[in-house]
This record gives sequence, structure tokens and C-alpha cells, in this order.
Amino acid sequence: MSEDIIEVTDSNFEEEVLKSDTPVLLDLWAVWCGPCNIIVPSLENIAQDYKGRLKVAKMNVDESPMTPSKFSVMSIPTLLLFQGGEIKETIIGAVPQKKIEEAIKKHL
Amino acid sequence: MNEVYDVVIIGAGPAGLAAGIYAGRGRLNTLILEKGIPGGQILLTDFVENYPGFPDGVVPFELMEKFRIQAEKFGAKITQDEVEKIEKKDDLWNVVAGQGEYLTRTVLVATGSAHRKLGLENEGKYLGRGISYCATCDGAFFKEKDLAVVGGGDWALTEALFLTKFCRSLKLIHRRDKFRGEQILQERVFENEKIEVIWDSIVTRISGSATLESLTLQNVKTQENSEIKVQGFFISVGLDPNSKFTEGLLDLNEWREIIVKKNMATSQPGIFAAGDVCDVCPEQMATAVGTAVAAAIGIEDLLRKY
Repeated sequence: MSEDIIEVTDSNFEEEVLKSDTPVLLDLWAVWCGPCNIIVPSLENIAQDYKGRLKVAKMNVDESPMTPSKFSVMSIPTLLLFQGGEIKETIIGAVPQKKIEEAIKKHL
Repeated sequence: MNEVYDVVIIGAGPAGLAAGIYAGRGRLNTLILEKGIPGGQILLTDFVENYPGFPDGVVPFELMEKFRIQAEKFGAKITQDEVEKIEKKDDLWNVVAGQGEYLTRTVLVATGSAHRKLGLENEGKYLGRGISYCATCDGAFFKEKDLAVVGGGDWALTEALFLTKFCRSLKLIHRRDKFRGEQILQERVFENEKIEVIWDSIVTRISGSATLESLTLQNVKTQENSEIKVQGFFISVGLDPNSKFTEGLLDLNEWREIIVKKNMATSQPGIFAAGDVCDVCPEQMATAVGTAVAAAIGIEDLLRKY
């Protein structure tokens, strides 16, 4: 995994995501989810290209079930863009990098 | 002058990677373009039992990793890029993608297929809120829930069987009075106590509030309507070829599959197609590999005359 992507769990979610000064793109994933692997290269590119302006984070839904359930996530991969503690964008499924960037750009 | 490839393979699923192995061994200057990660659509399945050579079945993710290593070992280069169009440039083809353009003598289109939608109102609204096209991805979110699956092919039966690991009950809805899927999968479905098959029926309405709550079904023989309460609905009604970027360039059939001739050649000289995207391939990993190998050999033949 790229060093630009941070690991987030139920316990540090508030600190790392909700209280973050920069917007956070949170990737909800699991090891058994094939399509979750499909978007990893895109996320690595985005983490690098938007360094300093956007934090890219990953959360394993098996290890951290509370956060996905709180946001009614029923499908992975789901990408949530948080800004100022609120969800600004929800992207469901393995979509091309371009689509992810279009959604992010509106808020940066 | 830009580098000129002998072959650009579009798509790194089973077809693209198999062709890559052959092209690499043929010492062709080979580039494989993949919009996501190598592996393709088969990664959406948890387990494959009908691929020859694996009597105990195989996890697609692990098998595709081996395909990739084998292709790269023989010199095929894999790059992440999404192709937008193919255009003629003098006697070469120019493959135009999001991040760059690639000049090549030949092209193999191996872009596979994607889930077909039902086309119902609310289908998009409840995507990720009860509706899914991938049981392996989302099944675990439906522990002890009541589910429905629509479809009758291999994929639908596999999805239904996989979901019974998690769900309380599952209704398998099919528009005909028998399944198309493999006999062995049908036997497992009929034996599974959690699965109830609803024959001769289609889904006509998707309803809910914040999340999915119910489906309206219509029996196509009696025209009778009924409603079932479900929290999850998995759609497996078939696959559509990923051929849109070739429209206007290649001859497609009525299902938008690329029409291929001998050696998997298309209507344009130097462009070949293999796997789910072409008209002769019945959406199986083994046929994707087989047609791709035929295409790779056809490409080598053509380049020898070049």
C-alpha cells in the first residue's frame, strides 16, 4: 500500500476523519472484495496528486464495523468524502479514477 | 518519434493476459492497457470451479495474479490507462487513452463485459442501499436478512448460493420456467433450504424509503402481481459487452458484441477481438482464454507478413 494512504479504524475515525483540517476521502473495503482491489491504483494516484489538499484513508469494514453501519453502507467499495465532519460525496462501486476526481474537485 | 508497439491489448482480464503471454513469447513488443487492476470481471466471483486444471476450484484473484506474472515474465508491459478510442494513423493504429496515446501495428480488444441493469426506476437510487450487482462484494452486509436475486444463468445461481452463507431467506426470481445455468449449480440451488425459486416472474417495481424495502413481481404467464419484502436485491441478469469505444469503427452485432472472423479478426485490418466482448465467446473464463490465444496467434501471423 502506498505510504500516502493512511489506515483508519473505528477508534481513530473521529480524530483522523471528522476532525481533519483537510478533506478526507475514505475508502471502505474488505479483503474478500474483488472490486475493492480494482480502485486501489486510482486511490494511490489521487493520494499522490492531491497531497496536502486531500487526505486519502482506508477503513477495513471487517475490522471496523461501526463506522460503515453508522453511515448505512451496504456495498463496497464505497468512497466517502468528508469535509468539516460532514459527508459531501458518496461514490459506490469501482468507478474510474476520472469519476472520483470529478467528485473530489468540487470540494477542494 | 513515439514508440511503436507490435500489439496493444486493451483489457487485462483472462483474455488480455492470456494473449499477453503468447505475444510476449512471440517476442512482440506488447503493451496491455487496463483501466483498473489486472484480473477483470472474474474478480467479482469468489470461487471458480469449472476452469480446467483445478479440481478443487480456484480463487480468481489468485489465478489472475498468476496470469499477470506469466504475461510480464515473457515481456508484456501492463499500464493502467482507460482507452477512449482507436484511430487510424497512416498504416498504424493510434490508441487514445486518458493518460496518453499509444501507436501500434495491431490491436487486440479484450475489454470484456459489465453487469446489465434491469432498467427500472429506483434501480440507481437504491444502488448501495439494498441493490447490488456483486454478491461477493456486498453479501456480508446482509447477515440474517431477506434477499432476492434475479436471473437464471451461471452467475445468478452462483450469487444466490454464495448469499445463503449470510442471509435468512432468499428468493430467486427467474422469468422462465427453467434455468440456463450449469446443471450442477441448479442441483445445489434446489437442495438449498434457504432458497425459494419464483418461476415465470419479472421484477416490475423497486420500492423503499431510505433503503430498499420491497419488490413488486409480475408473473408473466398469469399477469398476477405480488409484493415481496426484502432488504437486499442482487441483479444478475447478464452481461453487456464493453464495446462502446469501438462503435463506428468495428462491426458490432445487435447485442453490441464485436463481430469476429477467422483468427478473431474484426472488420478493421489489424484489429482483433477476444473474450466476452466478441460475438463468439460464451462468457466463460476458459473461452476468454481460448479465443485470446487464437487472436494472439492470428496477430503473430499478420505481423510476419507486415
